[in-house]
Amino acid sequence: MAQVSLRKVVKAYEGGVQAVKGIDLEIADHEFVVLVGPSGCGKSTTLRMIAGLEEITGGDIAIGGTVVNDIPPRDRDIAMVFQNYALYPHMSVYDNMAFGLTLRKFPKAEIDKRVKEAARILDITPLLERKPKALSGGQRQRVAMGRAIVRDPKVFLFDEPLSNLDAKLRVQMRTEIKKVHQTVKTTTIYVTHDQVEAMTLADRVVVMNHGVIEQVGPPQVLYHTPATRFVAGFIGSPAMNFIPARLEEASGALRLHLPGGMSVDIPEARTARYRSYAGKDVVFGIRPEHLTDDKPTDKTNPAPMILTPEVIEPMGMETLAHFKLEGAELTARLDPATPAEVGQPLRLIAHMDQMHLIDPTTDKVI
Amino acid sequence: MADGSMVMQGAPAPMAGSSLRRFARRRSTVAFLMTLPLILVIGGLVAWPAGYAIYLSMLNRRMTQFIGLTNFEILLESDSFRMVIFQSVFFAVTAVILKALIGFWLAHMLHHIPTQGQRKWRGMLLVPWVIPPALSTLGWWWMFDPSYSSINWLLNVFAVPSVPWLGEPWWARISVIIVNVWYGAPFFMIMYLAALKSVPEALYEAAAIDGATSWQRLRYITLPMMRNIISITVLFSLIVTFANYDIVRVLTNGGPRDLTHVFASYAFQVGILAGNIPRGAAVSLFMFPILGVIAFFVLRGINKRNREEA
Repeated sequence: MAQVSLRKVVKAYEGGVQAVKGIDLEIADHEFVVLVGPSGCGKSTTLRMIAGLEEITGGDIAIGGTVVNDIPPRDRDIAMVFQNYALYPHMSVYDNMAFGLTLRKFPKAEIDKRVKEAARILDITPLLERKPKALSGGQRQRVAMGRAIVRDPKVFLFDEPLSNLDAKLRVQMRTEIKKVHQTVKTTTIYVTHDQVEAMTLADRVVVMNHGVIEQVGPPQVLYHTPATRFVAGFIGSPAMNFIPARLEEASGALRLHLPGGMSVDIPEARTARYRSYAGKDVVFGIRPEHLTDDKPTDKTNPAPMILTPEVIEPMGMETLAHFKLEGAELTARLDPATPAEVGQPLRLIAHMDQMHLIDPTTDKVI
Repeated sequence: MADGSMVMQGAPAPMAGSSLRRFARRRSTVAFLMTLPLILVIGGLVAWPAGYAIYLSMLNRRMTQFIGLTNFEILLESDSFRMVIFQSVFFAVTAVILKALIGFWLAHMLHHIPTQGQRKWRGMLLVPWVIPPALSTLGWWWMFDPSYSSINWLLNVFAVPSVPWLGEPWWARISVIIVNVWYGAPFFMIMYLAALKSVPEALYEAAAIDGATSWQRLRYITLPMMRNIISITVLFSLIVTFANYDIVRVLTNGGPRDLTHVFASYAFQVGILAGNIPRGAAVSLFMFPILGVIAFFVLRGINKRNREEA
């Protein structure tokens, strides 16, 4: 087990395209870090550079204090779980898991002990004699994890391991991965494009976009205080609503003027923070869960908004309502008991304590 | 009984036409009709001659009398035919092993050349395989010729004495094998290249992380993943090489002293040149059980692996 350090790491391909543009990241021992971002953001490339499957164009990667830039994958003491599992089709489950140990010339008894222990943790003991072809997607996923666990490496690397599973199995395996990490506590770096996986699994989430790190932090911090518009929009489902607005000051209080002639008051606690933007165009960000039906609430500073739903989506425990406000698409989370109807104006409240303001010129959250 | 009569009653005359139409529209009927031309070709050019050869091999020289397996007995007792068996097996096995090794090596080299340059090399390396072997063998024959052998001339440049390529039995055997390998290795190369390209890159990456050196990746990933292609290519090549006729015919014509004959050239020698058609047929039929046994085991292995892995 070890800490992992990335210092000014760059990956450029022939022709000058930069996939990773000089990222810095310190991952502590035992930590579970998730790299998340849309496809092409450089997260997988970063992981593959840590694994040694991609060469590093610039910067340093250190595992356990040793710079590994020029060390081949087999000498980095890492284990990786691939998106398509990459199980050896001609070997039994047992041999798949034992392969890394056999190559490292472990004694037979030790290999047997480790494989059986990993199989017990992952609940795949009855499958040990089977070939990968005879396994379901979820079982293959477990074997791929078993192959990583038996090695007892310094670092686990996961490259979108749940993408090939169906929705139900994905949730189940997510819990499984978290359980395994709680048991073996190996430093883990996990790549996914699914922000729910990132939020549920990570000690810290690293949000990447266009080859740079947008923000690093624990899931709750990213959710409540996103640093940029990208993070604000990427974390959370359904995504945060963004409404173009204008901030105006009137007798010391700040007011946001929204399209459609609506306006909402900025809570007093935020006025100092936003004052310098008075008289300027901003983007008003509010999550669907903070734009709800008008009911008595213990949250302070509710601001009323009247909107006309275009689409209503009952989800059972909640109802999503979609609106259009002069080009901006909005979503609100409603109580399923609320009698919302398409085309009928609906009185909502925005919980302004949870609002965000974004500077449209820098896309930074103010 | 009751059922039978019900069916009879329930099939009145107008129904007959529609059931015929239904029969014509059934998938199996359509499939049969569409494969019929191929079945006719195979039947006419393979099955019938094979059956006829079996019949011929059991006649006497003048083809007037049925003599059972006598032709086969005579062949097995003759020294020159035993030599043909040895030579055929030696030729086919050595040539196929060399073709497989060289083809594998070439495929590996090609696989590691970037795609753009690869096409050019692939084309060039396939040339021996697309030239009609009778023609290219003439070229080799000229290079082996005792009077103006270019190979000997090259050897002489490096102070190596001339080699009697086609004049001495073992050298003649080696010459035949060299030409066959030169002609057949590209086929292995192209098959192995396709197989190499079909091994998922992630398996190599997983193996690299598991700690495999490049040799171990070849040993534990590439070779097992290519096993089916390797065995089917070897089987196919073994059949073609066993039945090879043109190279021996052009290069040595069985000489010196009938020591380089293989089944096909010997069958031609005995059946056509010496005019003993039944015995020639018997010679050519000897290949069948040998190849049949090999094919059975190879195909069984492939089927088994397919069920378990693919």
